[in-house]
Amino acid sequence: MLLKRLAAASLFAGLMGSAAFAANCGPEGQSIRILASDFPAIHAVVDAARANCGDAAAEFTANHTTEARQIMNAALTPNPAEYTSVILANATLTQLMNDGLVRPLNDLVEKYKDSIPPNVLITIDGNVMAVAFMANSQHLFSRKDILEQAGVDSIPASYEEVLEAAEKIRAAGIMEHPIAMNLQTGWNVGEVFNMIYLGHGGEFFAPGSAEPSINNEQGIAALETMKALAEYAHPDHLTHASNETQGLWESGQAALAIMWGSRGAPILDDEGSTEEVTSNTVLSAAPTVGGGSIPAATLWWDGISIASNVSDEEAEATFAALISGLTPEMVAENNDDAVWLLPGFEPGPAAAGVAGTVQGGARPYPMIPQIGLLHAALGSELTDFLKGGESAEQALADVETAYRTSAKEAGFLK
Amino acid sequence: MKHRTFFWFILPTLSAMILFIALPIVSVFIQSLFVEHEQVLVVSESCGPFGCTPTTTVDTAATAALQEEQPLGRFNGLNTYINRSHLAFAEVGEAWRNTETFGAFWKQIINLPFYRALIFTLTYTAVVTPVVIALGLAIAVGVNNLPRFLKGPSIFISLLPFLVTPLVGSLILFWMVDSDGVIGATIQRIFNDPSLSLKASTALTWTMLIVYGVWHTLPFSFITFYAGLQTVPEDTMEAAMIDGASKWQRMIHVIVPHLAPLMSFVTLMLLMDNFRVFEPIVSFKAEAHATSLSWIIYNDLRESGNPLYGSAGATSMMTIIGVVILLTPVLIRTWRDFSRKAH
Repeated sequence: MLLKRLAAASLFAGLMGSAAFAANCGPEGQSIRILASDFPAIHAVVDAARANCGDAAAEFTANHTTEARQIMNAALTPNPAEYTSVILANATLTQLMNDGLVRPLNDLVEKYKDSIPPNVLITIDGNVMAVAFMANSQHLFSRKDILEQAGVDSIPASYEEVLEAAEKIRAAGIMEHPIAMNLQTGWNVGEVFNMIYLGHGGEFFAPGSAEPSINNEQGIAALETMKALAEYAHPDHLTHASNETQGLWESGQAALAIMWGSRGAPILDDEGSTEEVTSNTVLSAAPTVGGGSIPAATLWWDGISIASNVSDEEAEATFAALISGLTPEMVAENNDDAVWLLPGFEPGPAAAGVAGTVQGGARPYPMIPQIGLLHAALGSELTDFLKGGESAEQALADVETAYRTSAKEAGFLK
Repeated sequence: MKHRTFFWFILPTLSAMILFIALPIVSVFIQSLFVEHEQVLVVSESCGPFGCTPTTTVDTAATAALQEEQPLGRFNGLNTYINRSHLAFAEVGEAWRNTETFGAFWKQIINLPFYRALIFTLTYTAVVTPVVIALGLAIAVGVNNLPRFLKGPSIFISLLPFLVTPLVGSLILFWMVDSDGVIGATIQRIFNDPSLSLKASTALTWTMLIVYGVWHTLPFSFITFYAGLQTVPEDTMEAAMIDGASKWQRMIHVIVPHLAPLMSFVTLMLLMDNFRVFEPIVSFKAEAHATSLSWIIYNDLRESGNPLYGSAGATSMMTIIGVVILLTPVLIRTWRDFSRKAH
């Protein structure tokens, strides 16, 4: 079975290689308008699509903006929509599907199945809603020189080992605050809770309903873990997001960090840091927690979606153009910009962390319609506990009531 | 002026105000009375590169049908105003019944998002407004007494904080108070405490926001008072000097009364601006320690992916009511002065 799949994959890779010279761009003379986040891997995909099919289209525009999440619903609501495609991720797909703004891709996938890599279809209730091309997750960054200096022999594999190593580093007088984490109040601190809670085996909602179910043993254990970690984090940790933790790491002020896989390549490159830091940085899977067997992380993908409110011809031309960009050549040219889910990807040191986390069986970020509301409630109610003014039970009860209030307003709860 | 002439005179302004101020407020109020339709959820399965998981999705066709029937959503009356995210009547009542001491009651109150934001907003307004007025007047008098050739440059320098965009100004200060920044590191050295952080303590964060607020709005009160000082009548000043009034007495008995109407104006503007404090909280990333009413509106519209228009509308209405309550004493005073002069 496995051999068969491998054979199919390599045959497929061969086909893709030859197909790249004459990309199938679908209907000609259409308008292709793409809304996407602003990072190198997504630029690579969109630029490849433009190179292949830009000439066949009457118009090919791309808006790369960090505010994509904020504008996508409004931009796709009118008919015709402002964009024909949004490059999105787990959470944003849910956000658009809640308003019915992206179309099922089943017929397009059937038509272009020869150009679509295996295992990248995002299927919800039997409908293909997106085609993923890259993965991301949080994972562990370690400084092996500092760990050795403090007498820690191996890279920590669990949060308990992370805490133990942090204590040794502090006791040895090397660093007072060896841990760096994205604990900024709001989305980031909520996301840290999500990953550690999933690592403890927690579930966010009662099955099949929008009733929250986080005020339980796993929830309390997750909060206790977060607090223990925060003890070893920089005193300003409640204001730290990705840019700040990357800065701490690159300036050599942290020895153990939980950061996004997409920060791997910028940290390992020769800009913004010293040889001492980059040569000793090791990326590994997200740690497990509380004796659990899966890495405590949430897996994310980025992928292609097509707007509902555009003509079928525009939809097909956009789909064909973007699919034509997912070639091994594109991957080869931009190998270290992302953890590609595409043929031709050769995982380098920058991808080791995400690859390890995926292989360890970490859970994907839940694609549940009301998860955004719970995430927002976590983001605003958990800091009282981390500041030390509140018990874990009280914090989780606050999250649940805050969530219930907004879920009632949004129509998810009665 | 005849009433008829006055009407035609005011008509363009009036219609613009109705169109751009009154009607949007009415619209926000109406939206705050409604909540979203019930979302029709379907249990399904989602599959992707990381395997399959059971999930739920929104039945968009069924939800769209509901929306077609009632485009505004479900009527909810004033329930959004009294839910936990806002006035939280039920929670406050419960806290009052279940707590023995005032301290315990207070602790439960500041655990509620609206009251927590209100407390910071009021503190900020109550501190920044008088400090900005007093300091602004002091600087204006100081600059006014400078030799002529120094006046221009000092006015320019005093106005600088006003020229910096609030978001940028607060970001710069945010970096300066970082433990690696010039102010943060100096404070650590003075107190000899390497883990001292202005961003990690609630009291210091509030201080930082208030200092920023004073720094940023000071030029407004300074320049207004400075303009006012140019109109102080020379005769009265000379008469006071001949009567033997000291510099301080002239200040209290001549200049301050002369500037009183300006002070009402500055107070009005500052109260309104300070009650809407927002940018520094975002740029200082101070949400863990301080939130404001405007910040709650922003958070409701932005944080959860699908905006909570009802909540945002309710908080907006209560912000307007808060501004009106704060302004009432000043307005009453102005009205009294006006009617006294009229008779």
